[in-house]
Amino acid sequence: MQYQAVKTLEEAVERLSRAEGEHMPLAGGTDLLAQRRAGRIDPKGVVDLKRVPELAEIVLDDHGYRVGAAVSGAELGEHPTLGQDWPGVVEAAQLIGSTQIQGRASMGGNLCNASPAADSVPALIAAGALCSLVGPSGRRELPVEEIILSPGQTCLAPGELVAHFRLPRPGPRTGDAYLRLIPRTEMDIAVVGAGVALELDADGLCTACRVGLGAVAPTPLRLDEAEAILVGRRVEGPVLDELAAAASAAARPIDDMRATAEYRVRVVGVMAKRAAQIAATRAGG
Amino acid sequence: MKRHISTTIDGEALEFLSEDGQTLLDALRDVLLKTGTKEGCGTGDCGACSVMLDGRLVCSCLVLAAEVEGASVETVEGLAEAGELHPLQKRFLEGAALQCGVCTPGFLVAAKALLEINPDPSEKEVRYWLAGNLCRCTGYDKIIRSVLDAAADMRGETE
Ligand SMILES: Cc1cc2nc3c(=O)[nH]c(=O)nc-3n(C[C@H](O)[C@H](O)[C@H](O)COP(=O)(O)OP(=O)(O)OC[C@H]3O[C@@H](n4cnc5c(N)ncnc54)[C@H](O)[C@@H]3O)c2cc1C
Ligand code: FES
Ligand code: FES
Repeated sequence: MQYQAVKTLEEAVERLSRAEGEHMPLAGGTDLLAQRRAGRIDPKGVVDLKRVPELAEIVLDDHGYRVGAAVSGAELGEHPTLGQDWPGVVEAAQLIGSTQIQGRASMGGNLCNASPAADSVPALIAAGALCSLVGPSGRRELPVEEIILSPGQTCLAPGELVAHFRLPRPGPRTGDAYLRLIPRTEMDIAVVGAGVALELDADGLCTACRVGLGAVAPTPLRLDEAEAILVGRRVEGPVLDELAAAASAAARPIDDMRATAEYRVRVVGVMAKRAAQIAATRAGG
Repeated sequence: MKRHISTTIDGEALEFLSEDGQTLLDALRDVLLKTGTKEGCGTGDCGACSVMLDGRLVCSCLVLAAEVEGASVETVEGLAEAGELHPLQKRFLEGAALQCGVCTPGFLVAAKALLEINPDPSEKEVRYWLAGNLCRCTGYDKIIRSVLDAAADMRGETE
């Protein structure tokens, strides 16, 4: 397997498109190298993205955050303001693996590995994060929920890669949260996950809301009904039960060794409800 | 293709040849014969291969040797200084925190990383930090105690 470290996006795109799918982008390698070792993939080469500045940095400007796709979980956690502004996103990214995995694992890799259970994805969907993609035909921007098409499959064109995620600077009275259920306390894959981001007005009524669900369908989902349920209402009591019911209704999970489909359907509602409560508390409601 | 790599390992500037695609773990063990670092799983699950890469704890089985060009790597072999065992190593020996020993280098490197940023961790903090280090022999308790004891030693709170 060839290894090439690139310093610019152009070089990365050029290299990846020339190799026609036989070379893969490498961020933290925690999926790629583990899958290669397990014999599931055998790329002819990898293009290491970690030395491309745009992928490796977190920038805060007037438009909000640009979070490099290859920034590690550990670095996300160390940023002075990102964790205050988007605690749910940072917590979700930091649930990935162990301390060792955190030293490497990126949100770009988490997204592009395209697992239905990828922890940072529902939180990014809830946060309304946009992906800035760069490929042979230039740059385009897509919402995170449009990237994963099916397990292991993204909509990225050959040679295209995720350069960064764009997150707005949240206003006052906003909050987000991500919760996942695993049978152990650490080091496991989500049975279900739910991310919620919302905004309240001065009276505690919800003015905007987005919900992302993980591990309950072939891809992480955006729960479109959430807005209609929550906006204009208090995030409490029967409203939360309606949200839970909508999350359960949207779930199309499978049975596997971690849980039955029936259990996932129920529990995703509970997780969505609890995440909404935490997000509302963070928003000051 | 063999690649020429210049790096610093346990404070020593080193150059070596590595097959492209070789992991840092395999380069340490098979090329540099630094066999202190162990392989348990090869897929990031057990932490036996833990090393510090530019000050960050990582699994060396999930890093390519080519990625450490110009970087600094610290392994378990750099823990003892001038023949004097590190307080963690002393406590692991006294506390019988190992049996087969395959997990031990990883636990030592990971625990040292924790104590560098948190000299006085709670038991819970130690357990969470070390959740990516698996031990099939000891049942963990002796390991956790030994880390807490070593932390106290390093804070100068014990004889
Ligand atoms: C022990 C262990 C525990 C884990 N626990 C969890 C967990 O709890 N939750 C969870 O969600 N995941 C978990 N994972 C999976 C993995 O760590 C995450 O998915 C991680 O975020 C992947 O990021 P990475 O930077 O290591 O990606 P890499 O392995 O470098 O890349 C993953 C895939 O994405 C592609 N890619 C990477 N970056 C880009 C980019 N910028 N543009 C386009 N394509 C790209 C690569 O080609 C590859 O196909 C675990 C893995 C291990 C080994
Ligand atoms: S050998 Fe690297 S984590 Fe097990
Ligand atoms: S002492 Fe044998 S695995 Fe830990």
